[in-house]
Amino acid sequence: MKYDVILSGVGGQGVLSVSAIIASSAMEEGLQVKQSEVHGMSQRGGAVYTNLRLSDSAIYSDLIPVGSASLILSMEPLESLRYLDYLNPQGQLITSSNPELNIDDYPDLDTLIAKIQTLPHAQVIDARKLALEAGSGRAANMVLAGAASNYVPIKPETMEGYIRKIFQRKGDKVVEINLKAFHLGRNA
Amino acid sequence: MPEMVLLGDEAVAMGAIHAGISAAYAYPGTPSTEITEFLIQHSKKQNGPPAHWCANEKTAYEAALGVSFAGRRSLVSMKHVGLNVAADPFMNSAIVSIHGGLVLVVADDPGMHSSQNEQDSRYFADFARIVCLEPTNQQEAYEMTRQAFDISERFHIPVMIRLVTRLAHSRSVVQLSEPRAENKLEKAPNPNSWILLPSNARRQWHGLLDTYKEMQQFTETSELNHLQLNPNFTDFAVITTGLAKNYYLENLPDIPSQPSHLHISAYPFPAEMIRTLAANTKRIVILEEGYPFVERFIRGVLPTDMEIIGKESGDVPAEGELNPDNIRPVLGLESRTGSSHPDIQLSNRPPQLCPGCPHADSFNALKIALADYEKSMVTSDIGCYTLAALPPLSAIETTVNMGASIGMAKGASDAGYFPAVAVIGDSTFLHSGVTPLIDAVAYNTNMTLIILDNETTGMTGGQPTILPSSRLEKVVLGIGVDAEHVKVLNAHHRFDEENSKVIKQEIEYKGLSVVIAVRECVETAKRHKREGGKA
Repeated sequence: MKYDVILSGVGGQGVLSVSAIIASSAMEEGLQVKQSEVHGMSQRGGAVYTNLRLSDSAIYSDLIPVGSASLILSMEPLESLRYLDYLNPQGQLITSSNPELNIDDYPDLDTLIAKIQTLPHAQVIDARKLALEAGSGRAANMVLAGAASNYVPIKPETMEGYIRKIFQRKGDKVVEINLKAFHLGRNA
Repeated sequence: MPEMVLLGDEAVAMGAIHAGISAAYAYPGTPSTEITEFLIQHSKKQNGPPAHWCANEKTAYEAALGVSFAGRRSLVSMKHVGLNVAADPFMNSAIVSIHGGLVLVVADDPGMHSSQNEQDSRYFADFARIVCLEPTNQQEAYEMTRQAFDISERFHIPVMIRLVTRLAHSRSVVQLSEPRAENKLEKAPNPNSWILLPSNARRQWHGLLDTYKEMQQFTETSELNHLQLNPNFTDFAVITTGLAKNYYLENLPDIPSQPSHLHISAYPFPAEMIRTLAANTKRIVILEEGYPFVERFIRGVLPTDMEIIGKESGDVPAEGELNPDNIRPVLGLESRTGSSHPDIQLSNRPPQLCPGCPHADSFNALKIALADYEKSMVTSDIGCYTLAALPPLSAIETTVNMGASIGMAKGASDAGYFPAVAVIGDSTFLHSGVTPLIDAVAYNTNMTLIILDNETTGMTGGQPTILPSSRLEKVVLGIGVDAEHVKVLNAHHRFDEENSKVIKQEIEYKGLSVVIAVRECVETAKRHKREGGKA
């Protein structure tokens, strides 16, 4: 079993946190994991992505080959299209519908969302709305992690356990908000 | 044994800790920064050996040399272009008899994710006649770093670990092994081997050339270089170095027969192994992450029957990174296809200065000051403020290397250009800007230097500047800049108008002026607030 995920977004959106939740949960379930990250210059408000590879056998390349990702999970709609070459034609795309408007030539949002929805397996989620419903706009990335939990080969309980673990030191309320966000994403 | 999930950089750091280092030194530089970040945390939380940021890579290297002279093990790490700065101590450290193990980690950046070139550090290792080890994954990064210290003490040479971005910044599980104790504190037994007077240096160089043969013998027989022959398949054979091995193995299941394969992890490269591989085929495919280093040696200049396929033959991309896809054509494999793109223009999203960044305000003030001049020149440097090259600011005209802004403005002024303005960050100024400023002081050059002081090394994640911000003014005054023409500004857009007036006034002064624009980086300010008060 091999399962490749590309996580994308804009520097500062929490791409690495979501990647870490999936990666750590996969390891807990005994899978091998490689997670290639972007550090340095691009983190400053630029396009960022991680290559996350899960497998029950040895993983060689840190980079995902063209056409082999099973999932693109994007924190931002424009960024969800940037790595489509890597998505297997049968693969799933999940993206937030909330744009990060830090560039002048951002495409028309309605057209962009409509184009994403023409893809064979795409799910567009208003992650900010669901995160606010859960109790904090900052939990938007947990909404997306929840949506991804329907596809990644990991038990949702394992991911929930890890969410509990990372937010524990911020108090029960924060844990609760993030778990609720995860569930809202999972049922979106 | 326990295991940990580590970045390639962190695996090197952990390897060094378990090899019994007594100190570590570095200047921050992507993609090498996380090595020292990890060691600093280890030092703080587990009472580990000291890990220090230094003014630049040269001073870092020299401190590591001192540790070695005292008999103990040290790690010095930097990005590839940092080794240019440290080239003097590096080249000469190969001539002395290294005592306590000294390991230099250099993180190359093929593809230039965060760098101004993609130079391949293996050339430097070859130039200095030392051993270089090149890991392909996090586990090897840990193990090879440990082994590098033993090799260093065995041959009395510094040993280089060469990383590349994709390994430095990729995370995976690493199995750890038993830690080793630190060395005894014991000075090098023969100081003559460390005093590089010509008479000593000649003897040391002679000794190094002899040792080099032993190093060749070592890599020829080491398990770090792995040759796998398949006499039943002779159409082509493959040589890989570095991460190219991973990309090759990723594609191997698609190749109908398994070609003979030599993977090189240890240099000087094993010439005899290459000859053995060649005896089995008439066609060698060479896949290297970086420059065609091994390929050039194998190719040579004399005619041969051997067909050599690689970067120099034009069959493998000569620039940027290798990946699992761009090596498929030379392996005779068809390209893979992914999902098709919907018909919509994907705007680029380049990195940019953070909202509220003090640099943006300083550049706006500078632009107002320069608006009245028909022509002007703004040289700049390496750091977050390099992003001012991009619209909407478009405020700088050069970025070459650490500290170059100041020397270049002096040169342009000497050539007759006015106004000549140099812009440099506080950390870059202390790294390599003080010496060119001394040149400008010596001739009272008609130029204006603007030091953007955000009190941190920002681009690499906000490491502390080596001297506190408050001392910059004293440094500038101390090297003799006229106090009348040293101005300190508050880099906030509230003061755009008055700041631009001060800058204009100093540009108009016919001599050297230094303007220090101070305001803390918004990112580190946020962090300090979270941590409750300033660290």
